[in-house]
Amino acid sequence: MSKISQLLNNFMQKIGQGYTPYFITLLHIVIGASLVYASPRSTISFLFLLVAMAEIYYFKMRTEFKIIAVIILMLGIMPILGLRNIFYLEVIFQISVFSALALGLNIVVGFAGLLNLGYAAFYAVGAYLWGFFGSQQFYLLHETPGTAPVGTPFFLPQDYFYLFLILGAIVAALIGLLLGLPVLRVRGDYLAIVTLGFGEVIRVLANNLDKPLNLTNGPQGITPIQRPSLSPEVLDGFNSLFNGLIGRKVSEGELYNVFFYILSLLIIAVIILIARNLEDSKIGRAWTAIREDETAAIAMGIPLVKMKLAAFAVGASFAGTMGVLVAASRTFVSPESFSFMQSIGVLTMVILGGVGSIPGVILGAAVVTILNLQILQGFSLYLSELRQSDAVIPLINFAWRDLSTQLDPAKYQRLLFGLILILMMIFRPAGLIPAERRKRQPAETKSE
Amino acid sequence: MKRVIAVLSLLVVASLMLAACAPASGTSGEEGASVKTIKIASQSPLSGGQSGVGVDIKNGAALALEQLGGPLAEMGYKVELAPFDDQANPDNGVANAKQIVSDPAILCVVGHYNSGVQIPSSEEYHSAGLANVSPANTNPRVTDRGYLEVNRIVGRDDVQGVVGANFAQSQGIKSVFIVHDKTAYGQGVAEFFKQQAEANGMEVLGFEGTEEKANFDALTGSIMAAQPDMVYFGGMFDQSGVLFKQAREKGYMGVFMGPDGQDSSELVNIAGPALLDGGGMFYSTVSGPASVYPGTAKFISDFKTKFGADPQPFAAQAYDSMAICLKAIENAAKESGSETPTREAVTKAVRALKDFPGITGTFTFNGVGDPQTAQYFVIQVKSSDPAKWGENAVVQTLDIAPPSK
Amino acid sequence: MKRFLETINVRELLQPLAQMILFSLGSGAVLSVIVILLALLLDQTAAGQFLLERNKVTILTYTLVNLPQVVLDGLTIGFVYAAIALGYTMVYGVLEFINFAHSEIFAVGAFVGVEFLILLKSFEIIPATSLFMSYLWLIAAILAAMFVAGLLAVSVERIAYRPLRGAPRLVPLISAIGVSFFLQDAIRLIESLTTGQFHRIIPSFGNFDERLVFSKIALGASTIELGIQVKSIIVIVAAMLMLIGLNYLVNATKVGRAIRAVAQDRSTASLMGIDVNRIISLTFLIGGTLGGAAGVLYALKFTRIDPFVGFFPGLKAFTAAVLGGIGNLTGALLGGIVLGMLETFAGAYMSAFTMGAAGAEYKDIFAFSILILVLIFRPHGLMGENVTQKA
Repeated sequence: MSKISQLLNNFMQKIGQGYTPYFITLLHIVIGASLVYASPRSTISFLFLLVAMAEIYYFKMRTEFKIIAVIILMLGIMPILGLRNIFYLEVIFQISVFSALALGLNIVVGFAGLLNLGYAAFYAVGAYLWGFFGSQQFYLLHETPGTAPVGTPFFLPQDYFYLFLILGAIVAALIGLLLGLPVLRVRGDYLAIVTLGFGEVIRVLANNLDKPLNLTNGPQGITPIQRPSLSPEVLDGFNSLFNGLIGRKVSEGELYNVFFYILSLLIIAVIILIARNLEDSKIGRAWTAIREDETAAIAMGIPLVKMKLAAFAVGASFAGTMGVLVAASRTFVSPESFSFMQSIGVLTMVILGGVGSIPGVILGAAVVTILNLQILQGFSLYLSELRQSDAVIPLINFAWRDLSTQLDPAKYQRLLFGLILILMMIFRPAGLIPAERRKRQPAETKSE
Repeated sequence: MKRVIAVLSLLVVASLMLAACAPASGTSGEEGASVKTIKIASQSPLSGGQSGVGVDIKNGAALALEQLGGPLAEMGYKVELAPFDDQANPDNGVANAKQIVSDPAILCVVGHYNSGVQIPSSEEYHSAGLANVSPANTNPRVTDRGYLEVNRIVGRDDVQGVVGANFAQSQGIKSVFIVHDKTAYGQGVAEFFKQQAEANGMEVLGFEGTEEKANFDALTGSIMAAQPDMVYFGGMFDQSGVLFKQAREKGYMGVFMGPDGQDSSELVNIAGPALLDGGGMFYSTVSGPASVYPGTAKFISDFKTKFGADPQPFAAQAYDSMAICLKAIENAAKESGSETPTREAVTKAVRALKDFPGITGTFTFNGVGDPQTAQYFVIQVKSSDPAKWGENAVVQTLDIAPPSK
Repeated sequence: MKRFLETINVRELLQPLAQMILFSLGSGAVLSVIVILLALLLDQTAAGQFLLERNKVTILTYTLVNLPQVVLDGLTIGFVYAAIALGYTMVYGVLEFINFAHSEIFAVGAFVGVEFLILLKSFEIIPATSLFMSYLWLIAAILAAMFVAGLLAVSVERIAYRPLRGAPRLVPLISAIGVSFFLQDAIRLIESLTTGQFHRIIPSFGNFDERLVFSKIALGASTIELGIQVKSIIVIVAAMLMLIGLNYLVNATKVGRAIRAVAQDRSTASLMGIDVNRIISLTFLIGGTLGGAAGVLYALKFTRIDPFVGFFPGLKAFTAAVLGGIGNLTGALLGGIVLGMLETFAGAYMSAFTMGAAGAEYKDIFAFSILILVLIFRPHGLMGENVTQKA
């Protein structure tokens, strides 16, 4: 076993030297991109292309090259490919959204060690903020849900959206502070339950605040919500630039997909920067101290409550911004999106990827999202195809047709999430990519 | 060393994923063109708490494809069902919608149980010109947007609530207590029932929403204190059955009523004789009982043979939605000759159907995709035996056109 | 015989019974006074007028007439919460760990009991049987549920919690959340494989659905019956028996002493010759069996169960345990009763007091708000010792 790992180690070192990684990465991107371009509906080629991102992260290359490669791949190649199959843009859009949520939760859970089981509440705050101000809801305060008169004007012009991206972060952070102020005095596992309760309270409020004043339109949800404007010139310009590559004219709806895709990437880039800087800042070290040993942290003079509050607020603000973005991209918000399941989903991402590790958390978000949207669904579709064919399982001669539909993997998402949580906790509590700090421990100098 | 492990685990995860989707994606893309495969997608919650109804929406559609796919097969097409799980969550619904839209073989979507998922998802169908026939979304907004692609075969909330309130008035009901389940569907119907009831001069003694599934003591207390002539429940049978049972146990003897979410033999399974005592139990529905529509009886028995359980509400509607998709594709295919019909043609063909005979009614769509005049039945529960659910009696039949804006 | 009686610690049997009666009466009385005061306050306001117009009674009469029934209903659900809360509090007392999967153990118990009764029905043993036999069959169903749920709880501990003992606090909690989700879908898978549907309805048999009516009270134009169902009485009696039995086990037996010793100081207890692992398994076994029994009682009272049935009762039972002071058996009982009462009072009167602006739909929020408030102002609960910092 150790021989194999040694061999691999050597191999990794060999390809990790000189210009080889540059060559491999570029080749990978070119091959991947042309594969996706040639067969836009193949999940394999899409995932093959995405793996290039992991290469860029792992190989030892100049940072400038890495940044340029990522920009070319994500902002140059991907949108073109995505317009051949809009689903890929959606997958990456959701990965970015959930990465942001996971990064926010990571600050609370991973950096500061406070388990928050109601994290989707902050996401809801952002979404409903723009949902209220970016729709007609302000003029429907006294209407019964579902009876909006025709021709109600919108409350704010659509380009206020950009302002609300920041406002969403601020308001969510404030709510985080409001929640944090009283509850942070309780200790770890109590905190988990309190935040769970808080998450439910926010969801129930969103569901019930259609009377006495119709703030949230209740279970009907708010729609339509405005998107920022895209002028016709942008559409024309885009079409004249990329017409050759895409092979057809792009409609406004499709361009919005590209727009929100790019916007989500820009926001996630900013969030990663913030998270990284925080990690290495004074605040970040204080959080780590609190996580490792609260009593010792107090003894070192770390203002415990202040630091915990900061973690809550920063974590919440990421979710708030993404809430605004998602509300605009869906043009719709409803309480169903902010269930306990959503909070657990984000927690699964953080745990799977690696608590406290920024690249890990992003990987976790990517894996869970792809699992959820592509793999399980793909498996079920494939099974259903088999079931509708005359094929039989070889060897045991069992007709696929007779296979119970109860066994569809897509139906057992919770089972899978649960299993991931248990197995990760038992066998790899640090996650797929453990946090840097654990690696930096002095013990490492001995082993290498 | 740790780095190697990390890379390895990453590779393992990646390769697992690749292995997992290898077959799924391999067959779908390229084959479509050569063998002339047509797919019809279904979207409904297949996992989580609402999967009971969601799975049966899928099953209803599957049954229809099996029974009614013949004409298209004769024309040389292989028609497949592609079932998607929207998890009752808009995020998943939209992502699935984009995947559906990106598969050129999919020509029609039967879908969505939750209006909250249908509304954002159908924006995608709209921009791709893909026909969507909804078996269960009663929210007015679904069709009020006026999309050519979006149709539904169920009544709107604002019609069904009205049917219920008018029926109540015709029975001499003077006061009602309205309960709903805090979902878009249940609350929607309940709000319109309330409006019409007030307009009809009935007294509304209470209007309460509850997500509770088991303990209705607080509500039954209020009902007992108010002593209304009728309790109207906007929502599904799984909640109302428990509520009705508990209300009777407390001694309430008035009338129960609800919308088509009550149309399930499970209701009597839960509530039993409570539905027959006192004023009895009525529900409004567009799906005629077996005694009126022989198709319904056959559907129920076929469904039971194939899937081993009675169909949940909206399974019959899913059957009809699929039937409409198949018919429209067939019509479009006849026009296009040897070519596989385009999405645009199918979309138009759905809207162009005239008096399509389904098992839950006869359908012609109006300009926005609502059924032109839907026939509504008010049905009274007649037996506490779940097996005799099909023998419930029609008390009133109404033909109502959707409100025009 | 006499000697046997002497070995029983009668005090430990009577004390919890007295406590239960005291708590029930006390919380009922306090809440009644509060709503009556509120009703008096609101009598002349818009809320009073609104009710007078709608129901033709003053808000005070409305409150008073409904009161006895609300107290009875609150008590019933309160005892259900208390029975589930025992499982949380036992495990927390010993391990300082929130067994998040307890709500699914509860659900499994409910399913086992109901499946057992459905099986009996398919053999046509029930409902056509004597009243005495119906009770015996119900007890058999409860025992079956206790057995399976207890076994499951022990195996869950063995597989998912024991390897994590000694890890940071959040690690086993996350694992427990995982178990909870895993079990939900596992139940769903198993139940839907056989019939295609995953919810179950308890067959009706015996006289459990009957209602004993004590009196009739006039309210405006209508009359209200004051009464209680046979099954509610069964729920209350069974929960009381469980509480008394557990209290006796923990406070008056040798095993109980071992459990308390492990709870106080695990390492010292192990030095004293107590097999800590066995005691922890035993704790899970007890918690699981109680949860399983509570599951059947829940199904009996509320008819319909599905795999997700445990989530809210579990959360509320946990609230009850925290409210009473987690780790404290009497506290769980008090918490359960108080929470059940509060919730029923809120559901029954909120709508009348707020003119319909906020009604029964806020019932659940009520429980969570209480949880948050208790944790903030009295983190050790109504009866618990201070446990805020013991990491």
